[in-house]
Amino acid sequence: MQLDDIYDKIIAGQRIIDQDYLVLEQAGDFFQLAFLADTVRRRKHPEKIVTYVIDRNINYTDICISACKFCAFFKAPEEKGGYLLSFAELAEKIRETQALGGTQILLQGGLHPGQPLEYYEEMVRFMKSTGIHVHGFSPPEICHFATLSGKSIQQVLRRLIAAGLDSIPGGGAEILSDRVRNAIAPRKCTADEWLAVMEEAHHQGLRTSATMMFGHVETREERLEHLRRLRQLQDRTGGFTAFIPWPFQPGNSALAEIDKTTAVGYLRTLALSRIYLDNFDNIQASWVTQGPQVAQLSLSFGANDFGSTMIEENVVAAAGVSFRLSEQEIRRLVTDAGFQPAQRLMDYSLVR
Amino acid sequence: MTTTPLLFCRSDQPVFYFAVKNYIDNAGLGSILEKVVGKERLSFADGLQLYKSHDILALGYLANLVKNRLNGDKVYFIYNQHINYSNICTNLCKFCAFGRDKDSDLAFEMTVEEVKQKVRDRLSEPISEIHMVGGIHPELPFKYYIGLLLGIKEVRPEVHIQAFTCVEIAHLANLAGKSVSDTLALLKEAGLGSLPGGGAEVFSPRIRQLTCEKKLSGDHWLEVAKTAHRQGLNSNATMLYGHIETLEERLEHLSALREAQDETHGFLAFIPLAFHPKNTAMSEHARTTGLDDLKNIAVARLFLDNFPHIKAYWVMIGPQMAQIALSFGADDMDGTVKEEVITHMAGAETAQDIGSRTLVRLIKEAGRIPVQRDTLYNVIEVHA
Repeated sequence: MQLDDIYDKIIAGQRIIDQDYLVLEQAGDFFQLAFLADTVRRRKHPEKIVTYVIDRNINYTDICISACKFCAFFKAPEEKGGYLLSFAELAEKIRETQALGGTQILLQGGLHPGQPLEYYEEMVRFMKSTGIHVHGFSPPEICHFATLSGKSIQQVLRRLIAAGLDSIPGGGAEILSDRVRNAIAPRKCTADEWLAVMEEAHHQGLRTSATMMFGHVETREERLEHLRRLRQLQDRTGGFTAFIPWPFQPGNSALAEIDKTTAVGYLRTLALSRIYLDNFDNIQASWVTQGPQVAQLSLSFGANDFGSTMIEENVVAAAGVSFRLSEQEIRRLVTDAGFQPAQRLMDYSLVR
Repeated sequence: MTTTPLLFCRSDQPVFYFAVKNYIDNAGLGSILEKVVGKERLSFADGLQLYKSHDILALGYLANLVKNRLNGDKVYFIYNQHINYSNICTNLCKFCAFGRDKDSDLAFEMTVEEVKQKVRDRLSEPISEIHMVGGIHPELPFKYYIGLLLGIKEVRPEVHIQAFTCVEIAHLANLAGKSVSDTLALLKEAGLGSLPGGGAEVFSPRIRQLTCEKKLSGDHWLEVAKTAHRQGLNSNATMLYGHIETLEERLEHLSALREAQDETHGFLAFIPLAFHPKNTAMSEHARTTGLDDLKNIAVARLFLDNFPHIKAYWVMIGPQMAQIALSFGADDMDGTVKEEVITHMAGAETAQDIGSRTLVRLIKEAGRIPVQRDTLYNVIEVHA
């Protein structure tokens, strides 16, 4: 199909097929992708609002048996210096978050070898006693708990939900292709397992987000595979709230010689995601990896959400990339771009 | 459907370009699009409208049309070396974090020999330009500056020296007790090749009164530049934005440059410079946003129709934004700078130097052709 026919489809609001994506990716220029993504965003969000959430990323442990090659954050269990937060430390972090107007904790950690499922149920119960929303445990962690406890994904989720788990973050997706996962994260859950956790979570009433970490060893077809699998699952369940693509940050990892994705590369992938994922309402800009200036420009490349104020963030920072933005700064950038900033909750409902 | 879309698009993509035309019309920039396509000069009112628009994609698209027409897919960079011979300055402008009083602990001045050594240290690198500026020093005599030029040429005879902003030139004329024209002749004889664009700030007298009252006036800056052009010395031009200037003052500045260029055609590049507040006397200001930075590049490209090049200065806006600027009207990423001191004292977070491999990659990934140039934009090497 010619480029112009694909544009016609998109402008008319029709779904594009996989081949269309590849043509766009190869031949679409910077402005073409931007205009198309912007057209799709405007259609979904005509009210010109850009949302953000006030939350904190708490990593309850950096001890991890997965040892993914792209990760600069983990500590192997036998290494010195790994930590596991005490509940008292958790409580303090939550207290600080709430004092700053935070509405949720994004709770993730390494795959810790030594704690049973009961420990995590206890953690969730404890956190919920503060009233905060717990957006926790990405699919690799859920799979890990299942392995540790000998229970099924379904049972693990049921128990965590009973303990108070409110939603699940979309981390650990990397690229949903087994060739890539075998190359860079062989001990992590497979692509099918990641998707199965999300599907089950949606069935049990949890909303979740989805991510893609790109710009390392994957091919363009594999990025497409990632998006296709997400789009298909979303067609079935409608449970994903948002998609957050962000590029691999090579610093301090085992893949440190890989060239870092450029700003243009990021914006192109962001735009393509917005165009392809026609059943995802929200696409989030990654100021954490891109900084405030490129993130602001993302609002013209398909993003309608500015992510989180990130009262704390450790994982990307370990790769040597540590941008920081206050709520005030986020609001200023959004307003400067001609949008109205609005604080939201995890499910993208607005805080009044 | 009018025939206008076909004038700025490829004829095999009418759907897309019609959609873009709609987009630009809805952004209120339809008449400006027609002017751009018709190669008609934009008015002051057009410039204001562009500055006020939030539709960054429309702005970028328009600027990109002009950039493609003037420079095709070429993006220039230069292998250069920056030297700041002294930070001692009697002007001490409020927006500057570099200038120091003579008695300050952080004041420095280099001897001619020290400058020569800096050049000598990097003789093995293929540097084609020395970019040299400094503060307005109260005591260094005219022969010092001649010495700098002669000294650099002694160490690296083939190098092009781009040195001394119009501010410094006016000062040197005072020191020499000669006209600007005669002073420039002497400097040229000693090895001066061209003038950098600094010291322009914003020409508006109101701005200069409030932020740099000891500095030469806007009119005077322009006179020095035109005099240099008449002497066969090209120069660049800058504008420092993102502080207390109004949009009108920005446009007046650009208009003045455009007029001067109509007269002499001696300006090579225009570089919009983002104000960095840290460590200055105006540190309560917020940094410019990315959209501000891109807007200034785009508006400059559209308004300064007689300037061959627009530079995205990566040291000030970061290499990532500079890369994006290549689709918003910029055709030059400046140099593989190493010892750049001035912006770093005002809080620029970028690395002190960027290697040519990184620059080439950034340019290629933006879909452009990296072209290594000399100071006068002659091609040294095309990195296809």
